[in-house]
Amino acid sequence: MLDIEIDGKQLQVSDGITVMEAANQVGAYVPHFCYHKKLSIAANCRMCLVQVEKAPKPLPACATPVTNGMKVWTHSEQAVKAQKGVMEFLLINHPLDCPICDQGGECQLQDLSVGYGGAQSRYQEEKRVVSNKDLGPLVSTDMTRCINCTRCVRFTTEIAGLMELGQAFRGEHAEIMPFVEKTVDTELSGNIIDLCPVGALTSKPFRFAARAWEMSRRKSVSPHDSLGSNLVVQVKHDTVKRVLPLENEEINECWLSDKDRFSYEALNGAERLTRPMVKQGNSWIETEWSVALEYVANGLKSIVAEHGADSIGALASPHATSEELYLTQSLIRGLGSGNVDFRLRQTDFSLDERLTGAPWLGMSVANIGTLDRVLIIGSFFRKDHPLIAQRVRQAVKKGMKVSAINPAFDDWQLPIANKLVVSPDQMSRRLLGILKALSDQKGVEVSSVFGEALADAVIDDGVLAVAGSLASGRRVAVWLGNFAIQHGNASDIHLLAHEISRVSGARFGFLGEAANSVGGYLAGAVPFGKLKGKNASEMLSTALKAYLLLNVEPELDCASGFAAVETIAKADMVAVFSAFKSKAALDYADVLLPISPFTETAGTFVNCEGRAQSFYPVVKSLGDSRPGWKVIRVLGEMLGLAGFALDSIEEVRKASFGGQSSVDESKLNNTVSREGAFVSSVATQGLQRVADIPIYFCDPVVRRSSSLQATKDASEPVARMNRRSLTQHGVEAGTRVRVSTGRGQAVVLAVEDEGVADGCVRLAGAHLLTAHLGTLNGEVSVERL
Amino acid sequence: MTVQGIILSPDLDDDRTWRIGDYVKRGGYDALKKIIADKMPADQIIGEVKKSALRGRGGAGFPTGLKWSFMPRAFPGAKYLACNSDEGEPGTFKDRDILRYNPHTVIEGMIIAGYAMGCERGYNYIHGEIFEVYERFEEALQEARDAGLLGKNILGSDFSFELYAHHGYGAYICGEETALLESIEGKKGQPRFKPPFPASFGLYGKPTTINNTETFASIPFIIREGGDAFLALGKPNNGGTKLFSVSGHVNRPGNFEIPLGTPFSTLLEMAGGVRGGRKLKAVIPGGSSAPVLPGSVMMDCTMDYDSISKAGSMLGSGAVIVMDESTCMVKALERLSYFYFEESCGQCTPCREGTGWLYRVVHRIENGLGRPDDLDLLNSVTTNIMGRTICALGDAASMPVQSFVKHFGEEFAFHIEHKKCLVPKDVQHEGSKIYVA
Repeated sequence: MLDIEIDGKQLQVSDGITVMEAANQVGAYVPHFCYHKKLSIAANCRMCLVQVEKAPKPLPACATPVTNGMKVWTHSEQAVKAQKGVMEFLLINHPLDCPICDQGGECQLQDLSVGYGGAQSRYQEEKRVVSNKDLGPLVSTDMTRCINCTRCVRFTTEIAGLMELGQAFRGEHAEIMPFVEKTVDTELSGNIIDLCPVGALTSKPFRFAARAWEMSRRKSVSPHDSLGSNLVVQVKHDTVKRVLPLENEEINECWLSDKDRFSYEALNGAERLTRPMVKQGNSWIETEWSVALEYVANGLKSIVAEHGADSIGALASPHATSEELYLTQSLIRGLGSGNVDFRLRQTDFSLDERLTGAPWLGMSVANIGTLDRVLIIGSFFRKDHPLIAQRVRQAVKKGMKVSAINPAFDDWQLPIANKLVVSPDQMSRRLLGILKALSDQKGVEVSSVFGEALADAVIDDGVLAVAGSLASGRRVAVWLGNFAIQHGNASDIHLLAHEISRVSGARFGFLGEAANSVGGYLAGAVPFGKLKGKNASEMLSTALKAYLLLNVEPELDCASGFAAVETIAKADMVAVFSAFKSKAALDYADVLLPISPFTETAGTFVNCEGRAQSFYPVVKSLGDSRPGWKVIRVLGEMLGLAGFALDSIEEVRKASFGGQSSVDESKLNNTVSREGAFVSSVATQGLQRVADIPIYFCDPVVRRSSSLQATKDASEPVARMNRRSLTQHGVEAGTRVRVSTGRGQAVVLAVEDEGVADGCVRLAGAHLLTAHLGTLNGEVSVERL
Repeated sequence: MTVQGIILSPDLDDDRTWRIGDYVKRGGYDALKKIIADKMPADQIIGEVKKSALRGRGGAGFPTGLKWSFMPRAFPGAKYLACNSDEGEPGTFKDRDILRYNPHTVIEGMIIAGYAMGCERGYNYIHGEIFEVYERFEEALQEARDAGLLGKNILGSDFSFELYAHHGYGAYICGEETALLESIEGKKGQPRFKPPFPASFGLYGKPTTINNTETFASIPFIIREGGDAFLALGKPNNGGTKLFSVSGHVNRPGNFEIPLGTPFSTLLEMAGGVRGGRKLKAVIPGGSSAPVLPGSVMMDCTMDYDSISKAGSMLGSGAVIVMDESTCMVKALERLSYFYFEESCGQCTPCREGTGWLYRVVHRIENGLGRPDDLDLLNSVTTNIMGRTICALGDAASMPVQSFVKHFGEEFAFHIEHKKCLVPKDVQHEGSKIYVA
């Protein structure tokens, strides 16, 4: 510890920190632009110059390390003179167009110029003009306002992992720009808007929509990925105008993924369902809530009476709140059925009865940075978990070694120490190999359950390297990604990963598919436990008589795509609880019940680390739409079911957590009870499909955000194969091909991608173009058109 | 007075004498051979350099021996050496001639430095505009390699040192040592904030020492003849000889290697005196960023670090720019200010914004659009730049402005008041006629 003095205040600080950090500790504000606590130090704006005893000239607080006995004055005459001098320089070429600038009112330059700027400029020459740059559909530019602090450049390089922006040219001609003819395509791009201390980078979707001071700031939680980023939703006239990060060091830090930030556009879109609707003959009639609910209640009653309770079922979205999921399963079970599931893209449910708790990350998100070895199995890591990937990216800089086994890799923008690219059906054999090699290296016996299967183990250099890496780690984690969960033999992978983590002494966990993947298990929205029933896959293979769909668009959200729609369409009654009116639903549904999206309802998401995060409505419900939990609760009452006399969201929440006020941590458990011998699945012969769920296709909200849909990440699915596979199947890259399964086909462009394993074709799911294939995995054929 | 230079003697010619054979005949590589044969300890070499009072020839004049001693001895892993031949300072053209006439003395100096500091790799960063010099240096390197003086196991010892030439693309800022490192790394040439200093975090993040070409070129003599012999050539605290690039209004511009402490008048005489017999008006004694001094002050100075510093300027890189009475000081400053405006890297605010401002104000004065408070404005802007930037370019841009206004304020005031030069145009035209020998 060092003793220093700042503005006359004595304090003790730890060695190695900067004057800026020390000043923050005593609450002395040092004006700055380029400094940001999460970025490297550039010391280029020079606004934070402070007076330091014995230094002949003012020193930048952001870059000056503290030394013992140092005396600093942040607001002395010398310091303020220097700061004012810098402010004058910053302003001479700044357009001072605050009245027409979106940053006005929340601009660091504007704010600081009040304290440090002159009333009149001494600069009377012409000002610099800089041409604007096209950074894509999300970030708008007014580069003349840029003060060259390079925060955006450092962000893309250091946090997003790829230099997409740079400072070109010299001196007064210096400009921040992307590479020629390129845009900023990182899935974290919106953060540069927050980072920009002036109005050079502003939000394109939000452009000229409102002034910062006109909006209320309300807290919320992102309904998209499994991280549960904390949001500040900004609202004007009961409309969401934009979304900003709410800083939470333990979850999203000060960042947001673009998905979290820009999805709000869908909330006021044309496809919002705002009135309850009932199908009469072939036409849809808007109606009152009481009529629509009556219709559903009567329908359910008569179907249960006629066909038995097992003929009804509910499919719920993993993006639904815990309260909605709890009430949905409660309703189904109240009627005597166990047919409820939220795991819509999963196809292998064979471990259901052996789960001992809700699968979760197995550790806290905040501790990811302390790991030194990670094995990621089956994940499109960067796009599926943008901010967890960001944490790993920072951890790698501190020495973490990442191993990954995947049938297809895109660029994770972080160094992967050991990369195993293997087809889906070969993943188990490699995992067996890793298990065997680890067991040898660590001297830990593999459970006898795997005894015979170990004969199938493939041990090659890659497998040995992964095992070696895991064995040499001290804080190790093994994570299953979304692909592993959606894998046709997900249970094999789960069991093997679990055993690998046991043998290597690692933590074992699931990265989590959606905002409430953990919450769904805790709320009991699964067909096992209390009252057994059919899982998502079973409910969609043979038609039930009645379906309740909670925020589900089966053609895109379910593994079987349009095949699911065909099955559902056969039912006597399909009640759709949704915030949106989807085209397909107009065909198969009988009732459309407009329920509120996350901004208009109260609820809870349990993120991948098992943290329950509750939120309240930030705007009024649009039109006649109502919070899902209220709708289902009323429906339960109308059906005369017990346990629906819950008056507040708090009561529903408590019920959804089994009577606890929050998550009972003992219910988070990745352990699988041991039963019988492990038998690894048989390898397939043909071309196997590897389906990623692209970041902006994955849920009904993002699919309707027009700006996100204009990004490169939302481009049409293509069939990606490596050169060998292309040749083998007589397909040329750049031509259109027909991809077929037994159930259907899709015509897409073939693209060469060396990141894809041999014998595989990577073709995205959750898109109308590929939804007719009727499955996310398994064998496909590819032919030239 | 003719001096037998230790780096550039007058009998060197451009075609032949730079080659290794001639260099060896002149006693070249003797110092290196001596070190290798005697297994001279690194401390002893650094001690000799300290004793010689050799100061950095690039401009800052930092004692070389001291700089070398900053390199962490016990550092495991790579350490680097860099030679700064990115001679971009207006008025300076000495390193070009050193590399052209005597490249092996730089190579030998660098090998010795590598030996003394435990570096196994060095780079010579050569100014982009002198490509033929870069090509010659590559050739010289090959000669040294072929002779077993460079590369693995030099002269059969266990000491290995590899040296590479690297040419810049003409940015002045790459002469700033950390910008030079960035440039070698393939990045945009922009200075780094210090600390950390290159001795702890330099090229590729490894300890690195950067010296000027002339500094390295002085090393073989120091090792061969001893630090004391070098010191004796100059004066205390200002050891050795130094190359001065004399340009401007003199009859015989060129490089002159003279002992430090030689009177300016002697140097001026060697350069043939002021052109056309005109009166000496002003001298910039150390490259364009050094404050200008009135001719009368300069005539009392000796050419060494301490004397020039006492007079209020800097010896800098030793570029002596001589201006006679036909010079319009406003116009001269306008040209200098334009240079710094053009060469500012744009990284930090005061220099990026301030250099353009300075140029525009001076330009305005020169063009008859000056305002009464412009001189105060210039002084104020320079004060706001100086000492507030990441590297010294901000200071370099400010010092000429401050000194021109300080010493020749009446010319600026005249310009502002009368919208024309104090020095009549015809006098200026006469003075700027191209000199014919």
